[in-house]
Amino acid sequence: MPTLLPHFPATFIVTGNPLIYGAEVSIVLATVGILFVLTYFKKWRWLWREWLTTVDHKKIAVMYLIAALLMFFRGGVDAMLMRTQLMQPNMHFLQAEHYNQIFTTHGTIMILFMAMPFIFAMFNIAVPLQIGARDVAFPYLNAVSFWLYFFAALLFNLSFVIGGSPDAGWVSYPPLAGLEFDPGPGENFYLLSLQITGIGSMATGINFMVTILKMRAPGMTLMRMPLFSWSVLASSILIIFAFPVLTVALALLLVDRLAGAHFFTMLQGGNPMMYVNLFWIWGHPEVYIVILPAFGIFSEVVSTFSGKRIFGYSSMVASLMTISVISYLLWVHHFYTMGAGPGVNSFFAVATMSVGIPTGVKVFNWLFTMYRGRIRLTVPMLWAIAFIPIFAIGGATGVMLAAAPADYQYHNSFFLIAHFHQVLIGGTVFGMLAGMYYWWPKMFGYMLNERIGRWAFWLFNGGFYVTFLPQYLLGLMGMTRRMYTYPADMGWNALNFISTIGAYVMGVGFIVLVLDVVYSIRYGERDVTGDPWNGRTLEWSLPSPAPHYNFARIPTVTSRDAWWTGKQARAKGDAPAPPEPLQPIHMPKNSGGPFILAVIFFIGGFGLVFNWYVLGLLALLGILVNLLLRSLDYDTDYYVPIEEIEHTEATLRRA
Amino acid sequence: MTIAHDRLPARETRADRDTPLEYSLEEGALRIFGFWLFLATDLVLFACLFATYVILRDNTAGGPTEMQLFDVPTFTAETLILLTSSFTGGLGTYAMHQGSKRGLIAWMIVTVLLGLSFIGLEVREFAAYATHGAPLQRSAFLSAFFTLVGTHGCHVSLGILWMLSILYQLARRGVTAITARKVFIVGLYWHFLDIVWVFIFSVVYLNGVMG
Amino acid sequence: MLHGLTHDDNNRSHDESMRSRLANPPRRGAPRARKITFLPALAAMAGFSLLTTGCGERYLVFRPVGPVGQVEKDLIILSIILVLIVIIPVILLLWHIVWRYRDVPGNPAPYDPEWSESHVLEVIWWGIPIVIVGILGAFTVRDTFHLTKPPEKTAAPLTVQVTSLNWKWLFQYPDQKIATVNFCEIPVNRPIQFILSANGPMNSFWVPQLGGQEYAMPGMAMRLWLQANRAGVYYGHGANFTGRGFAHMAFHVIARPRTEFDAWVRQVRRRAPVLTKIGYQNLVHPGVVAPMSFSAYAPGIFETALLKESGMYMKRDLTILDKIHRRGGT
Repeated sequence: MPTLLPHFPATFIVTGNPLIYGAEVSIVLATVGILFVLTYFKKWRWLWREWLTTVDHKKIAVMYLIAALLMFFRGGVDAMLMRTQLMQPNMHFLQAEHYNQIFTTHGTIMILFMAMPFIFAMFNIAVPLQIGARDVAFPYLNAVSFWLYFFAALLFNLSFVIGGSPDAGWVSYPPLAGLEFDPGPGENFYLLSLQITGIGSMATGINFMVTILKMRAPGMTLMRMPLFSWSVLASSILIIFAFPVLTVALALLLVDRLAGAHFFTMLQGGNPMMYVNLFWIWGHPEVYIVILPAFGIFSEVVSTFSGKRIFGYSSMVASLMTISVISYLLWVHHFYTMGAGPGVNSFFAVATMSVGIPTGVKVFNWLFTMYRGRIRLTVPMLWAIAFIPIFAIGGATGVMLAAAPADYQYHNSFFLIAHFHQVLIGGTVFGMLAGMYYWWPKMFGYMLNERIGRWAFWLFNGGFYVTFLPQYLLGLMGMTRRMYTYPADMGWNALNFISTIGAYVMGVGFIVLVLDVVYSIRYGERDVTGDPWNGRTLEWSLPSPAPHYNFARIPTVTSRDAWWTGKQARAKGDAPAPPEPLQPIHMPKNSGGPFILAVIFFIGGFGLVFNWYVLGLLALLGILVNLLLRSLDYDTDYYVPIEEIEHTEATLRRA
Repeated sequence: MTIAHDRLPARETRADRDTPLEYSLEEGALRIFGFWLFLATDLVLFACLFATYVILRDNTAGGPTEMQLFDVPTFTAETLILLTSSFTGGLGTYAMHQGSKRGLIAWMIVTVLLGLSFIGLEVREFAAYATHGAPLQRSAFLSAFFTLVGTHGCHVSLGILWMLSILYQLARRGVTAITARKVFIVGLYWHFLDIVWVFIFSVVYLNGVMG
Repeated sequence: MLHGLTHDDNNRSHDESMRSRLANPPRRGAPRARKITFLPALAAMAGFSLLTTGCGERYLVFRPVGPVGQVEKDLIILSIILVLIVIIPVILLLWHIVWRYRDVPGNPAPYDPEWSESHVLEVIWWGIPIVIVGILGAFTVRDTFHLTKPPEKTAAPLTVQVTSLNWKWLFQYPDQKIATVNFCEIPVNRPIQFILSANGPMNSFWVPQLGGQEYAMPGMAMRLWLQANRAGVYYGHGANFTGRGFAHMAFHVIARPRTEFDAWVRQVRRRAPVLTKIGYQNLVHPGVVAPMSFSAYAPGIFETALLKESGMYMKRDLTILDKIHRRGGT
């Protein structure tokens, strides 16, 4: 019921479980701690000026990266809790309610609050530098995207202690996720936080598509563009055409829940299957949204550390674009078992298998990039190499799942779980970690420790096989997903136990990875060359970290692997052309607008979760005012004077 | 021409005689392209709402049907008003390209007024349905109808607020490369909504009353 | 070491040292690379041979007892063989390449930094997957159509209406007029036409040894053909999450020879209570229950749930049930 005064449900603060009390206490302690540290060291002004108001893509990349790692931790803890519960049959570690909440938040967080910001971190750090741009096309909008994501993640995580977490699975199918079966506020948290972060993602998609198509350095034709930028272009196209569908699916379910509409209810003519279709029309392209950038990173890493041109560049581009087109024609394979006719199932089955063709081509091209190269087994390269067998197996089980009649036996079983973890971890996570190690010096100016990084790699990679290979077998033994417990007489005990051990090893691997970051902050070797890996693309022509305007002079590009070719020419003794005179650089001004806008979104979202419409309306008003103020602000940019550029360049080059 | 280019180095402007004012700054060209992409996302959004409507239109759950509900004079008037507003909006852009600030402002005010009357009619239509046994909660068909047409209505309302803000800026700052770009973009938005309405008119209303 | 490529004369010396530092690890890294690439290959081969040679009683998917499960198993095995044609070479190649072209001083393998095109090679690896997908696609399409028909045309099918409730399975036998909860008896060697629906969240009806699953969804009636050719007790479970009690949605399908099945039906008719409308409403109420049987049920329970209680959107297609019955009967 709509009410004027806020109505606090009895479950407003979640109680009744030591885990949650622990979380509540630690949240309060951490918040107090952060506030104290910021105040004690007088860092508030610094935080606001350098970070909260920044529109610099490099700083936004750093914030995305930190947020992604934090969410990786949260989602990982969820995974550990689930695996602990499944370690043995009939465990009493978690109750059904908690288990259901945990697998829901695990999936949602890993896809939308971990994978998405992780790829956006890579988009932001690499794309403008690779294509020779001073920033993205819309720096202000870029900051809006980040802060919307940030506050959406906050909103989603808040549900753990306030109101209760969503518990209908990350796909949130109605009618289970409808009011009849899920009256609590948890689902509202899910719907609103995804909606808010979805707006941000859509804006990022638009932003990078414009950046890549319109802001490349002179001479950088599309076919001279680094493959990572190509993959970002493909991913952005997917975002632009897929995310609005998610927006609609979530909005309609929200209208069902808040206003009593009947889109997906069982009664009054609602059609729950409509949601399933809408969700997967977004959901399938989404997996390619997060995996194509990983493909791009592998292309960069493999080529760099083999000291060799990427093999079959045109094929790589063609396969990226083919994948992004085909990925729209696959969504029904998520529900072959929902009674579509044999004609429909056959079409989607063959389409799904055919996406394996361009993907397979990419694998062979990476292999032959290494062939006749000189392979340096650095940490980024290790992640890239380890990706290939994992992805080959994951892709193969994908083709097996694509065969509709076979899928009747795999659907929603642990076979499926093993498959998509194999492609999403082996693809996206390995890709992002490779990218993180690869571009870390460019982001921070120092290297991550290789030795600790190797430990993290071997633990995570080894743990991966131990965790997920047994799950294929469990699926073939008939174990379905989302069971909080299982009987002892099915023969599933040993494999579940092994899988849990593997998960712990992966957890240790993640901790070692964090240790590497912490260790390297203090002891990491400084990257004074700007080109620690002997790189090939333009980002390595800049000092690490790059100055805020990126390029003092926009480079002119004459070939693929522009920086590599330039280095070779200079080695041969070709004198570089005399530098053009500097010009003042046009840069956007920092602004608190994006941060404030996202805070308002957060407040409105929180209000709607509890059906406090007044708060929602106030937030809407606040959003409009915020947009209006931005529109009226004509003082949004400035020029960096030549003297300042000269000074900065001199300092950076001398260091 | 009374248009002042902002103080910018040569690289940032692409001004020559044939470039329209709204494209004359690098930044303007980027924003217009970005807005086209935004329209693409909005198009997908409306496509999904249309698909939902088409699938749910017969699920009336014993409640009122399209045939019983839709009133031909009302939706015809709405259509005529909105189409006219798109035309007057276009005249505004034309006036801008002719260098007439007054013409631009006048046509934009006409467009805003037409938009407001469209919204007024739509609100009246919705209120009539809701008070005569056909609220959003009655059936899947009505949920889909209110959401599809209502989303369009929200877009139009936002467009009106947007144009008011731009009118204010035009009055204060005149026609510059920046305000011209804003006028051009809101024009794109307005024409887009017009096209969406043409689909609503034919798919929802015409189809509905013709059975 | 990379071959004489430097990028900036001022900091060449530093660059050299950096590169040699980075170049060192391979000596330790390379042998490990062998382990990592072999591990999955071995595991995959061991796993799959284990499954296919049939020493795994517990691998229900590979232990079909009827024609539907058999068709699916055959397709699965075909798909495994086809994908291995790609996986094995990829893993062997990866191992070989990483080993042979590792960056260690004095590695005699050729280094060809500009070699990046080969139309012959690219045609090969665009071509092979296309052929594989073509073969697998053809068999997939054939089986997809095949499985929508009754597995055996000689015997008259038996119809069982299945409703997923929170959190139990209701089975109704429209021809025998009896009903059961959380278990289902069927005769062997006779096609079973399961008509699936739900009065509650979407579920999926899965009996791995009989064959693959199909969703049970509110407001929809969907048909799944299964058949058991061997008597036995087969494990079944809901495969789509339905809330708190989902993990307890297991059931058994008991397949018996025809005479025993008929005897069981007579026994249920004689001994078991009647499922009234109130009794049904109690079942709809969320909860976990033990197996039950009913000698009769209030008429129209399934149809009313399908068209009124759990969904109204199929109402315009009232003939759906007739159609399903008719097709099943022929």
